[in-house]
Amino acid sequence: MWELIKINKRNSVLLLGAMGSVLLILGFVLGLLFGGPEAGLIGMLIATGVWLFMMLISLSSGDQIMLAASKAVPVTHDVHPVLFNVVEEMKIAANLPKMPKIYIINDPAPNAFATGRSPETASIAVTAGLLAKLDRDELQGVVAHEMSHIIHRDILFVTLAGVMLGSIVLISHIFLRSMFYSSLGSRRRYSSSSSNQGAAQLVMIVVAILFAILAPIFAQILYFALSRKREYLADAGAVRLTRYPAGLAGALEKIGGSNINMETANKVTAPMYIANPFRGKKKVNLYSTHPPIEERIRILRNMTHGAAYANYEKSYEEVTKRSPVVPTSALIPEEVTIRQATTESKSTQTAKQQARQVGDLMRQVSQFAFVTCACGLTMKIPPNYNGDKVQCPRCKKFSSISKQ
Amino acid sequence: MGGLLIGLLVIVGLIVLVAIMVIGIYNALVGLRNQVDNAWSQIDVQLKRRHDLIPNLVETAKGYMEHERGTFEAITEARSRAMGANGAAEAGKAEGALTEALSKFMLVVENYPDLKANQNFLSLQETLTSTENKISFARQGYNDQVLFYNNKIQMFPSNIIAGMFQFTKRDFFEIENEEERNVPKVSFN
Repeated sequence: MWELIKINKRNSVLLLGAMGSVLLILGFVLGLLFGGPEAGLIGMLIATGVWLFMMLISLSSGDQIMLAASKAVPVTHDVHPVLFNVVEEMKIAANLPKMPKIYIINDPAPNAFATGRSPETASIAVTAGLLAKLDRDELQGVVAHEMSHIIHRDILFVTLAGVMLGSIVLISHIFLRSMFYSSLGSRRRYSSSSSNQGAAQLVMIVVAILFAILAPIFAQILYFALSRKREYLADAGAVRLTRYPAGLAGALEKIGGSNINMETANKVTAPMYIANPFRGKKKVNLYSTHPPIEERIRILRNMTHGAAYANYEKSYEEVTKRSPVVPTSALIPEEVTIRQATTESKSTQTAKQQARQVGDLMRQVSQFAFVTCACGLTMKIPPNYNGDKVQCPRCKKFSSISKQ
Repeated sequence: MGGLLIGLLVIVGLIVLVAIMVIGIYNALVGLRNQVDNAWSQIDVQLKRRHDLIPNLVETAKGYMEHERGTFEAITEARSRAMGANGAAEAGKAEGALTEALSKFMLVVENYPDLKANQNFLSLQETLTSTENKISFARQGYNDQVLFYNNKIQMFPSNIIAGMFQFTKRDFFEIENEEERNVPKVSFN
């Protein structure tokens, strides 16, 4: 695990370095274009300034922005004791210094993500749909996957790489827009110089435009390639923590089987989720943020001999016939046996019951009051209801609402 | 003269470099050893939590299960023996017995549907499941930490520093009893 963290850090630094160079070159080229030969350095400075500004914001409050954007609500132990217990179990297994903060997202699509700068400031958010669909072992698998992202420092990597990508996209976007609108003006400005210089200028403009178009694409491909690899590694880490590959496999089957799009996710936040929050696109290409979920399930189901990284690696190679995914120095010889299942499966529940459970959970998170009438009917009172009594629609009796 | 000075500077520089490395490795080893100790105390925390949970559990279930006095007595006795155990070996054995008594109790619960409908009992049951899990995950986490620490003090170059300052290998947590190895699973189906 620690070897893996070390290698992950090195890869993150390499990737950030590569993306950083793209950013600097972009700044340099644009500087040259707008201000002449001396302005290349100034362009680089401006690009660095944009990046620094965005980085400061995202490091100080990136997790809060992410949680707010996905409409995640912080919850207490009483709202969902099982979720809290499972997170604490994984915290203990991973020797994490501090309990992550726990959030529930009001969304019926099953999904989850982790965010934060460091293991000490991490947060885990799961959707109400996930809690309703998964049994205890499966939930443990998902939480362990997120916990692995935390201990592998993927949450910091996603933040830093996301900001870098954002800066590149922002700068090239502004440049392309300005080129589009000022193309006439700039042509007039250079018309007084000799034709030779004008030709050089034209070549320069074409190069700059090409670079501005290609830079974000290149940065994205780099970013998503590493992000896909991190998903496999987090799966391997989850199995090692829980000692139970079937738990995560079952969870991914249920997550993959759902065809609900997440309403609270967007293109920027998508790489952070356990599975791609957008349905429909099945084929994996250079722009995929996640490996195909069926393949991840097959790898997990194929693990029958043990729960160590080496077992995951072996299963990965058998299933995908591709080159290794886990770095060799992380494959320490160890014997990790798979444990048995602990809970009954939730498949006995009907879809209707699950939908009701999602609704109740979402109301609980949004602080609805639950009042049970003497006739057995449970009424769910929204928090903005002002009276202190409510009439039962079935037996017409009044019950008082106890505010929590 | 100049060559001598440069040679001297190089030697001093090397000594400083080695000293910095030694300090770094030493501090890392101390940090790791503390993490091993911390992981070990985590097991005790969870075991104590289980001890605290039992009186409440027995109290809640007693009213529903009048014919199971033997089961309750076994749990209470195993608990007091575990709490009064001296030394790691004895404690390990007593905790194992308690685990076994509790899983037997959970099997018996299946025959009492009234009890399984009790909201208070259900929440206790979840706490117990989780505590059992936390105990086994704490042991697992401790072993992971020991594995890493032991690797570190055997590998070059940290093994030299470890030898100089008496960092000794730690033992893994192992359940001696083969039968017990299969028990930590508490099933509530």
